[in-house]
Order: sequence, then structure tokens, then C-alpha cells
Amino acid sequence: MSEIAEKVKAIIIDKLGVEASEVTPEASFTNDLGADSLDTVELIMEFEKEFNVSIPDDQAENIGTVGQAISYLEEHAK
Amino acid sequence: MSLRRVVVTGLGAITPLGNTVPAYWEGLRAGVSGAAPITRFDASKFKTRFACEVKNYSPDTYFPTKEGRKMDIFTQFALIAADEAIQDANLEGVDKDRVGVIWGSGIGGLTSLQAECIAFANGDGTPRFNPFFIPKMIADSASGNISIRHKFRGPNFVTTSACASSSDSIISAFNYIRLNMADVMVTGGSEAAITESGVGGFNALKAMSERNDNPEQASRPYDKERDGFVLGEGAASLILEEYEHAKARGAKIYAELIGGGMSADAYHITAPDPEGNGVVLVMQNALRDAGITPADVDYINTHGTSTPLGDGAEVKAIQKVFGEDAYNLNISSTKSMTGHLLGGAGAIEAVACILAMQHSLVPPTINHFTDDPELDPKLNFTFNEAQPREVNVAMSNTFGFGGHNTSVIFRKVRD
Repeated sequence: MSEIAEKVKAIIIDKLGVEASEVTPEASFTNDLGADSLDTVELIMEFEKEFNVSIPDDQAENIGTVGQAISYLEEHAK
Repeated sequence: MSLRRVVVTGLGAITPLGNTVPAYWEGLRAGVSGAAPITRFDASKFKTRFACEVKNYSPDTYFPTKEGRKMDIFTQFALIAADEAIQDANLEGVDKDRVGVIWGSGIGGLTSLQAECIAFANGDGTPRFNPFFIPKMIADSASGNISIRHKFRGPNFVTTSACASSSDSIISAFNYIRLNMADVMVTGGSEAAITESGVGGFNALKAMSERNDNPEQASRPYDKERDGFVLGEGAASLILEEYEHAKARGAKIYAELIGGGMSADAYHITAPDPEGNGVVLVMQNALRDAGITPADVDYINTHGTSTPLGDGAEVKAIQKVFGEDAYNLNISSTKSMTGHLLGGAGAIEAVACILAMQHSLVPPTINHFTDDPELDPKLNFTFNEAQPREVNVAMSNTFGFGGHNTSVIFRKVRD
């Protein structure tokens, strides 16, 4: 797993209070990991801070699973 | 329409003297000080470097990490005290549509506000405010979170009147039940302002004791050498319930809430009216609402914050209202032990009144060393040690910056 993927997983585990085993690429933040709309906003903000990127709202809407977050950040992280 | 009777059927508390009602009472009874050097932040440069903190507190003891992180500490205290009271009252089976929550907080989530502003100021100007920041900070998150946790769908809001906040929440809750808008109300108040901005702000007002060499003896209401209040934190909760409703379900009844009074000084935003006119009015209003006379009152738990001006004005007002009957009262300021919980003060002191009734013991005003020649020596301030007394009627006074005055009266329940 890439360094970015590791960091993304760690952030999700910390912010959503879930077990590492639940954080699979297919796992949906809201449907599988118990996030509500505010949790999702907080996650996006943490990704922005950790990877020094700015994720526009229209693109943030497309980041709904662990895998989608990892791919987006692998593409955009500086 | 006749007003319905309201009784107290549950109590909860997390205080600088103890983190449950029995632990709180143990501290009150024994006359213990809750003051100690501040541990929540580095206060070495502050004029006041001590406070009455809740001891051994970690949110993880009470909440899953993810849940605790989304609540300011004043809301955590609110949930902890309310949980104890709700459990004490055993509200299982009560119609939750008829249960409301009216909480009191003078400030709200000061810790959260401060943290977010510091983070922004330390950044490059990009706004990275946390989505939980506003819901953590707003004072009504306390009542909102209690309702969500317990699914209580009755009237729900927070009262804010500085240090009178949770006496106002108790009166509001009382009125909603009296008016048949709810059968049960979870009420109380909480505060958690032992932060840099809280301590620094109150220091700037010259309101707090600076007796850093002796924190435990700093809160000394009615002592000649008093030099300001000691900041406290925590919460207390009362379950108020319509009398017939409580009887019908066989609830344990602690006391009846028989009256509440409110008034304003209309004088100055922080200084008390030295003549105590607003304080006279609030006690008269409370006695009238309760339908009792001054001679009926056994115990007054005063506002008594240990400030040079405030303590004297309140005593003067008590003497105006009670006349000769003032000499038969037990008067005490439990802030000598708990410190000043600001928006939580009314609630923890209402609980103190009810416990005094239950145990027939008046908790003391500790730290009395030197008589204040301005105060009538014939008054009984319950100095230094608790005094046994059958307490049938107890009054609790609280006054807030802004000139808000509130007084509530409890009586042993009788048919």
C-alpha cells in the first residue's frame, strides 16, 4: 500500500473511530463507516491539511469511499 | 387555569468536590475546598493561577472518543450530570414527547471557540474551521445533545444570563410544567471556562481572587479579607416533574419546587447595585410566587461569590426582605467550597439546597477567619462547619453580570 493510502487510512480510523479492518477500499464513509455529513466535511478538511491540497466542493462530492479518497489524493497530493 | 405542582425526582452533578451527587454531598458536608493550581493550561503568566477544576476528568471515561471529540467540555459535563439525574429519576416508560430539556450556560463552548480562533490566527489566512466548531460552541448544544441522547422531544432550549443562567433554566422548566406544556423537564446548567480566555477575561475584570499562595482558602465569602471569586467548572441537573405524574408512577420525590423570582438590577453591566434593590425585588418575587412568608424560610444558599461588593449587597438585601426573621435563617455560600460555576452555579446550588433538606444538615461557608465589620454579626452564616437543621424551605439566590437576579425556593413535599 502506498504511503498516501496508509495516511488516508490512519486519518479515517482516527476521525471516524473505526477499526482498521473496516477501512477497505470499497467502504463508504456514510453507509459503512458511520459518518454523517459533518464527519465527511471534516475528513475532506483533514485530507486537505495532511496532503497540502485544496479539494473543490464539486470534486469533494465524488469522494465517498476510502478508495475514491486514495485515488484522488494519489493524483493530486503535492 | 390553576397551575400544576412541580417536584424534583432526580439529581445529577459533576463538580469540583466530586463527580457524582453522593461525592458532591460528601465534599459539601465535610467542608472541603475544591480549589487547586490550574492544570488545564499553563497559567504561569496569569494573575490568577488556581481554580476549582473537576478532578480526574477525562472525556474518555464517559464517551467513545469519536463522540467526545464532537462536544465541548461544557456539553460533556451537561450530559454526565443529566445522565445521572435521568437514571436517578428512572424515566423508563415515561412519554418522551412530554419530556423537555431546558439547560443553562453562561458562556457555552469557550474552549472550542478559543481553539478554533487560535488555529486560524496561526495559519496563513485560509479558513480551515472545523465543521463541528459551531455545534460545539453554541450554548444550546447542551440541551440539544441531551435530547438526542435520550430522545426527549418536549420543549428544548438554553437560558443564558451569566451566573444566573441555570436558576433561570430551572424556573423556565418549572413554568413549562406548571403550564401543562410538559410533564417532565430535565434542567440544570454547566460551564467549563477554565481556559486562557476565561481566566484572562475575568482577571481583566478584577473579579477573581489572586490569592495564589493559598488557593484552598481563597474563596471566603463574608470574610473581611475576601478578594474576589474563584472560578469553578462542572454541571448539575435536576429532573422536574408534575406532582401527580410523579406520584402515579411511584417516583422518589426529593422536594417540591414552590416558587421562582426574577428581576434585573438595571444598574451596571458588572457591578452589583450597592443598595441591593434588584436583589430585594427578586427575593420578594420568589416568596410571593411560592406563597410563603420570610419566616417560613430555613436556609438561604446565597450567591455569595466572595467579592468585596457583591457579598455585602446581598446581605443588606436579605435583611431588608427578612427583617428580624433574618436572624433565624441559616445562610451559607457553598461557593466557598465549589468556587463559582458561573452558568452552572444555580444548578449545583439548587442541588445543595435539596441535599441539605434530605440530610437535615446545612453545608457551611468555609474559610472564615476575620469578621467583616460591615456585616451584622447576629446573622448565622454557617461558618466553617455544617450545622444540623431540619430544612423545610430552602432558597437559592443567583445573580449574573448584566444585572440578572434569580431566586428559587424548594420545600419538603406535603400533600
